[in-house]
Amino acid sequence: MDAQQALADLTEISSQIHAAVVIDDQGTVAASTIGDSRRSDELAKAAGGLLTAADEIKTGESALTQLEVATGEGSVFVVRSGKTVIAATTGNNPTAGLVFYDLKSAMRTVKPAAKSAAVKKPAVAKRKTATAPKKKTATRKPPTKKKPDAS
Amino acid sequence: MRRSIAALLGIIGGMLAGAAFIRRQAAHRERADLYFEDGSMLSLTNGSPGAERLLPLARDVIRKTRST
Repeated sequence: MDAQQALADLTEISSQIHAAVVIDDQGTVAASTIGDSRRSDELAKAAGGLLTAADEIKTGESALTQLEVATGEGSVFVVRSGKTVIAATTGNNPTAGLVFYDLKSAMRTVKPAAKSAAVKKPAVAKRKTATAPKKKTATRKPPTKKKPDAS
Repeated sequence: MRRSIAALLGIIGGMLAGAAFIRRQAAHRERADLYFEDGSMLSLTNGSPGAERLLPLARDVIRKTRST
């Protein structure tokens, strides 16, 4: 799915989200709910700065995957998968779990189609090979029913 | 006359106290929650060094979306 379409679906599903931007693995804006491209770039840079600052705060070895910063003016949500980032803003007191869920769903649809196709093909092949032995075992079972002979 | 003035002062005082309480509550609500890959979460409340760094950046992000 197109990143812009994913954001359109996101804002339609989640009424809490005011604005959102998708930043691709090259750091450029892939899609935005803001019409003006210059302001979308500024928003992406600001969200990137927020993510970088949060990365510097981390204490352990584990990577930062998502964050929420709640201010008096509203909240900022950032979800990261690999190098792809979705940043969104909401009003005050949003339902954080729902917003994160919607952002992750959008992230899954934003992922390049080529990658998902490459992953799906082996999975189909595996299923075929996995189902074949089951049929064999199922057909072998009837001969084991030797109860009539035993009685 | 004195009773009405006292009542008026009481209402104004109550309003000021309420406004201060709401402002304080709003200030307490400001925080930054960081979620990591291993499932751990770090919550930085307003006043901590990490939150003091992230909150202005988040306000900047919100202002950039609102100036449409």
